[in-house]
Amino acid sequence: MSELLNFHFVVDGTNFTAAGNASGQLKKNLRQLNLAPETIRRASIAMYEGEINMVIHAGGGEADVNITEKEIEIILTDNGPGISDISKAMQEGYSTAPENIRSLGFGAGMGLPNMKRYSDQMTIESELGKGTKITMKINI
Amino acid sequence: MSTYKHSVSLDASKCTGCTTCLKHCPTEAIRIKENRAVINAERCIDCGECVKVCPHKAKKAVMDSFQDINNFKFKIALPAPSLYEQFENLDDIDYILQGLLDIGFDDVFEVSRAAELVSAYTRNYLKTEGIQKPAINSACPAVVRLIELRFPFLKDNIVKLLPPIDIAAYLARKKAREEHPELSNDDIGVFFISPCPAKMSYVKNSPAPDERRIDAVLPISDIYFLLINAMKREKTPKPLSKTGRIGVSWAATGGEASAIFNEKYLAADGIENVTRVLDQIENGAIPNLEFAELNACTGGCVGGVLTMQNPFIARARLQTLRKYLPVSQNFLTEEELKYIPEYYFLESLPEYTPITRLSTNMAESMRMMADIQKLKEELPGYDCGSCGAPTCRAFAEDIVKGNAEKYDCLLMYKDDFKEYIKKLEGTK
Repeated sequence: MSELLNFHFVVDGTNFTAAGNASGQLKKNLRQLNLAPETIRRASIAMYEGEINMVIHAGGGEADVNITEKEIEIILTDNGPGISDISKAMQEGYSTAPENIRSLGFGAGMGLPNMKRYSDQMTIESELGKGTKITMKINI
Repeated sequence: MSTYKHSVSLDASKCTGCTTCLKHCPTEAIRIKENRAVINAERCIDCGECVKVCPHKAKKAVMDSFQDINNFKFKIALPAPSLYEQFENLDDIDYILQGLLDIGFDDVFEVSRAAELVSAYTRNYLKTEGIQKPAINSACPAVVRLIELRFPFLKDNIVKLLPPIDIAAYLARKKAREEHPELSNDDIGVFFISPCPAKMSYVKNSPAPDERRIDAVLPISDIYFLLINAMKREKTPKPLSKTGRIGVSWAATGGEASAIFNEKYLAADGIENVTRVLDQIENGAIPNLEFAELNACTGGCVGGVLTMQNPFIARARLQTLRKYLPVSQNFLTEEELKYIPEYYFLESLPEYTPITRLSTNMAESMRMMADIQKLKEELPGYDCGSCGAPTCRAFAEDIVKGNAEKYDCLLMYKDDFKEYIKKLEGTK
């Protein structure tokens, strides 16, 4: 398709305070595309949760956002430890985040469930020791 | 088309075209064109940041004049609580209120009194089922406008209660007409004494019904000089102030929030911090929060650009002023607490204005965005501002929108320049 727009973000895994930068930038870009406020919100929350997950669990990663007139596709790729039990990870409140992360207010076990809730389609490909790739699609 | 009336403007004769304001504007509303700053009215939120930072005092707030009081038979001053912290060694608010009477006002109604009533209703409002949490204060017009322009999803979080200045105007007018039945509503002039231009814009852009009309907004900085002369008189003022700690504390960040009597609040100030907090709220990243008090100025209203004193010193003085005050002096009866009266309602919630959209057509916006990204790669990335835009990214947007041309960027051609100058020197 000719009308395809891509954004590429690198999510820095060493800097906690920078978590949220990519979703913030994505939000700005989506506003400029004149999308409905609800669509912008869903995409930026899905992105934000994914970004935080990559920082907490995978030491950072990369995000690619592809936009057509029909949908927003967010692909998050990391080289982290992988998810051992995806169905468990999808449960609300289930978290493997270490204590020091939880004390920061993260790791409430809502990351993946929220990502699923705010996207229209989500697939997770994960291999232990290799990394995780999450693809989310949000209809426009 | 923007019909919003602004109160921040430029004195072109003083502007040198330096890039200070450009760099500080939180909404990227300023561009330098032909060596002068130009404010984009659609984007400006009247926060006053540019007025604060301008080294040439070329940015100014357009406010009403004290002389305007002469247009009215009965003149009422509505002092903002942030007026009280402007004076040194002052531990009694009555001196200020007496001073306002001495310079020509017929009555004084403290905005802090209305603030105590708004606090009481806010406590009730927070118990209302189905309201969006965290509730966000409606008192800072710059924050409300920021939400209107950038955070459409949060507009329902704004507390649907009018800010204290409106309630103060209503109560002051009511009191005047009860005490002086011979006066018509038009005989009464209500003058808000303001710490910031944002309140001026608020008053001008949301014209209030007659019963709570504010006729003019005067800067604290003007009234201050009139007051220090009047306040020198050695006489004991009448006991005029009817405000407690809650009301005067609205002057600084945390004052309004602590009055909700619930520890699940957040109080933030400074427009950059406020933007970050709004982003976090929008992401759902601050759970279990009941109330967010957000103020555009550092320190809260005492940090307003029309105040005289540094906000931190003002805050220290607030502690002295509060010391011997009761918690509150304005109460609602059981009966009054049962429902929130209509004149307290904030009716017109801001409509979302997608000011940053590139085009109304999505395909067109996408094409433009792709062009912007490509251009941004070519630009040097110094964000120096010499092209007149605050960042290379903003410059790329301006070019794609047709508001600037590539050649405005000198640095992109700096190597060519060097070659050219070398050649010139060689031919000498």
